[in-house]
This record gives sequence, structure tokens and C-alpha cells, in this order.
Amino acid sequence: MDQALQHLVNGTVLGGTYALLGIGLTLIFGVMRVVNFTHGELYAFGAYMTYAFVSLLGVNFFAALALATLCGVGLGALIELVLLRSMRKADIDSVMLVMIGASLVLQNGEMWAWGGVAKLVPNPFNGSPLVLGPVSVLPLRLFVLAVSAALLLGFWLMLDRTRAGVAMRATFQDPETAALMGVRIGWVNTATFAIGSGLAAAAGALLGPVFMVSPTMGDLVGLKAFAIVILGGLGSLPGATIGGFALGFVEEYAGGYLSTEYRDAFGFLLIILVLALKPQGLVPAKERIG
Amino acid sequence: MKHYAPWVFVLVLALLPLAFPDPYMLAVLTSAGIFIIGAISLNLLLGYTGQLSLGHVAFFGLGAYTSALVSLGFDIGIGFGLRITLQPQPVWLGFIAAIVVAGAFGWLLGRLAFRVRGAYFVIITICFAQVLRMVALNWIELTQGPMALISIPPFSLWLPGQGVVPLYSKAQNYWLVLGVAVLAFIVVRQLVESRIGRALVALRANESLARSVGIRVTHYLVIAAVVSAGIAGAAGSLFAHYIRIIDPDVFLFIYTVTMVIMVITGGKGTLWGPVVGGLIFGLVPDLLRGHARPEAQWVLYGVAMILFVMFLPRGIVPALASLKRRA
Repeated sequence: MDQALQHLVNGTVLGGTYALLGIGLTLIFGVMRVVNFTHGELYAFGAYMTYAFVSLLGVNFFAALALATLCGVGLGALIELVLLRSMRKADIDSVMLVMIGASLVLQNGEMWAWGGVAKLVPNPFNGSPLVLGPVSVLPLRLFVLAVSAALLLGFWLMLDRTRAGVAMRATFQDPETAALMGVRIGWVNTATFAIGSGLAAAAGALLGPVFMVSPTMGDLVGLKAFAIVILGGLGSLPGATIGGFALGFVEEYAGGYLSTEYRDAFGFLLIILVLALKPQGLVPAKERIG
Repeated sequence: MKHYAPWVFVLVLALLPLAFPDPYMLAVLTSAGIFIIGAISLNLLLGYTGQLSLGHVAFFGLGAYTSALVSLGFDIGIGFGLRITLQPQPVWLGFIAAIVVAGAFGWLLGRLAFRVRGAYFVIITICFAQVLRMVALNWIELTQGPMALISIPPFSLWLPGQGVVPLYSKAQNYWLVLGVAVLAFIVVRQLVESRIGRALVALRANESLARSVGIRVTHYLVIAAVVSAGIAGAAGSLFAHYIRIIDPDVFLFIYTVTMVIMVITGGKGTLWGPVVGGLIFGLVPDLLRGHARPEAQWVLYGVAMILFVMFLPRGIVPALASLKRRA
């Protein structure tokens, strides 16, 4: 029982960052119909930027997290403007191929710039865990969970309350009608891709100090982001949030009780099963966004 | 292209080791050839059925592991105190087993994945390869995991007058790969020019229309997947016995991407596309070697993929063909 509680806490911490990743990816798919293969690389980019700001430039840890997220937003906007804008009419497979090309460039660019050795990001939290009854958790992880939750909430408020959010939701439902109503689809797309990338970079910035920062860290995470999004139904935002936590719990419990070695494989098996048995995902995107 | 031109091309390639017995060049061409076989098989799915299958390396890796394990033999427990033991078998048996096992998984994946299309299909295929990589990493009793399968015997063939001989030399392996590549090319050509091929092209052009005139879409897609997987398995087997060491990295996504780039740049849905693209991207890494860091190669591949899809989406072979028609 105690162990189950511990897994619940670990799963929640992991699930929060997974939800951030999933929401970014599903937002981009929902609004732009783009399967974003660069998502994992943006995650790695966020982690590297945090490392660069903290270790090389000596910026305060919390400021570095914010700056790294902003860098992710900027890189996302750049990718949208340079690659995706001219491909808005192209078929989904061509766009996928271009995004795979872009992810190759980003990943190996990172390898080139930083070398293959994993980096450690120093953080101001002390290493001794907080013990609450049967459960112990590192302060850094609690901080990660709190920031993920705050970002998720902020994102929902942005989508629900702001004009930009309304424009995104309108584009999500029907780009042509939205364009007729005066929504500037081009800028909605840029903003969407930038925000989605920013969320991925934020997840990387948050998890970078928890784990290590290496050029291939985006590989598995990019695929996991797909798993999350598929679990929840491609293009469903509540689904991505639930999917994120679901994957966190599945990995944590299956890793804890069944097999540690296959921990990462459970997510992929889950996707294959979900797609084979229930292709619309666990939460079909009927009510769409918001 | 005149009808004898392809055979002249094959003859020139076959005579190459006699004219220039440079082992380095032959090694480069042999590994390029193995990937060209992979690209030819991928083209069947990517080009002729129009399904963006991004888990192709799964079949390549399955073929490599199957062939290596059959030729090395294995002894594993399967629970309940039962064990499966296989004594080392001749390599040609491993080669056939590789084709059969990869083909069987092609059938399985086809049955599962062709229920969905587009992004969902792509993601299933990627996940499939990832799961296999995890299995290869963790089923240490069978695969040795990250310690890799080592001392895999070289391919052996029955040669007239010499009996069964292992192929140690570069030139022999080169001819073997060339032979299998020609066979793979012919199999794919026969298939796409048959009734099945016409059905595939019809459903690529308009799936619902094809369905409405009575083409059993899933049935034909699964046939294409099985043949494609079998050929990829053969390429994997050649790879295993040529490199003679196999680790779970053989399932890396980057190898699928390499094959995809070969098919896209050469021209998907054309018989010669994967050959042309494969020759280019099989030889580029060795031209770069010594001039640039290994990351540069992948950055270049990524840039090439972006530029081709954006500016020459049909690939080199169709572009050359239309140039020739205009001239």
C-alpha cells in the first residue's frame, strides 16, 4: 500500500510534465493538422537553454527556466515561419516528412553544439527528500509539479479568456469559417506553433535538472508525447491532459510492479493497443477544444 | 530507358570488383547496397500504396536478429520450466527464416495498422519499431541486449566445384548483395505490374473509389506489407552476416529515416527511385568522412529531406524523366 502511494506521487509528478508535452503537441495538431516531429527536440532545446543560462551565463535558476521557455517559443515561431507557412496547402504526409527533416537538423545541431556528453543542471533545491508519512518526494520534483500545474492552468485560461484563445479555438473547429470571420489564420498558426513549442521547451527546462541533459533526450520523449496524444485522442486537449497523467501512472505502476526494464515499452504497447482497438483514443475529440 | 539498359547497368556493377579491386570502395558499395534493398522494399509501401510507414527498420532489425540467432543457435526459457533450444543452423536457413519472420510480422502489423490511416498509421508503425527495440534491449537471454550478438558467421553459399564456402572477401559479399538487390528489384517490379500492383495504385489514387469498385483495400495493403517486410528482412539478414555484430541500435528510427530519404529523393512510386536515392545517400557519408563531423551528415540528410519535399516532391527520377520528355 505504501509503495502504491509512492508510485501515485511519482506518477503525478511525471504526469504533469507529460501533460505539458501532450497539450503542446495536440494543440499543434488540432489547429494546424501538423504532426510535429520536432516536439521532442524542442523539449531537449529547453533543457539545453536552461543549462546554458544557469551554468554558462550564471543566470538565476528560476529566471533561466523562464528564459529557456521563451527561447522555445522563439524557435517554434521560427520553424513555423520558415517551414510550415509555405506548406499550409500541402498534404499531411509531406508536412510530416519536412518535420522529420527538421528534427534531424535540430537534434544533430544540438549534438554539434554541445557534444555527446550528458550535462547536469545545478539547481537551488537541496537534495534531501521531504517525508510525508509513507511517501517521500524531492523538493525539486514538487517544484516541477507546481510549475507544470501552473502552466497548464495558465494555458487553459489563455485559451478560455483571451481573444487569441478564441481565435485558436475557432481555427481548431473550422479554419475556413474562422478566416471568413476575420481571424488571421497565418498568425494563429504561428502563435499556436510557438506556444506548443514553448510548452515542450518548458517541460524540458523543468525535467532537465531532474534528469540529465543529453542530445538524444528528445528522441524517446518525442515518441512519448505521441503516445500521450494518441491515448487521449489526437486533437483533444482534455484528452492530452488525461493521457499525460495516464502515461505517467502506467509507466510508474508497470515499472514498479511488472518490470523496470520494460518501463518505457509499456507506453508504446498501450498506443498500439489503443489504436488497434479504439482508434479515436480514450477521449474522442467530439467537443473539440476548450 | 531501353529494355536492355538495366542489364548493362547490372553487368557494369558486377564487373566493378574485377576492374577496381579496392576493398574500401567495395565495402562502401556493399553497405549502400544493403540499404538500397531496404529502400526498394520501403518504396512498395511508401510509393505504391502511399502509406507513410515509418517503422520499416523493425523488419530490417527482425531479419537481422532472426538470421543471426538461427545461425548462432540459442537456448531460452519460456516459463513453466520449458526451454526452447536451437542448435546453430546453416546461414542460408537463417536467411530464409529472416524473410519468413519479418514477413509474418509484416502481416501482423498490416492487420493492426491498416485499420487506421494518416497520422495514426504513422505513429503505430513508429511505436512498433520502438517496442521491438525495447525487447531487443531487455530480452538479454535471447539477444544479449546491449552487449550485442557477436561472432555472427559470414554468409555461406554453395558454389560449383567448391561446395559450401563462407564468404569472407569483400568482393564475394558485394556480389551477394548485388544479387539479392536485383532479385528484390524484380520481385517488386513483378508485383507492381501485376493485378495486385494495379489495385495498390488505384487505392493510392482514391481509396474510397477503389473500395466502391470492389477492390479489397485492406487485403491488398496487407499483401504489400508482407512482401515489403520480407524483403526488408532479407536486407537485415545480409546486414547481420556482413557486419557480423548486431545490437539493439539496429532498430533506431534514424535507419528508417535513411531509407525514407533514399526513396523520397530518388522518387517514390518509381522502380528506379530507391536505387538512385540509395546510391546518392549510400555514398555521401563516405565522401563526407574525414571532412566533417558525423553530425554534419545527419544535418545534411535533414536539410536534403526538407528541400526535396518542398521543391522536388516527386524526386529525381520523375524529374529527369520529364526533362527528357521535354527535350
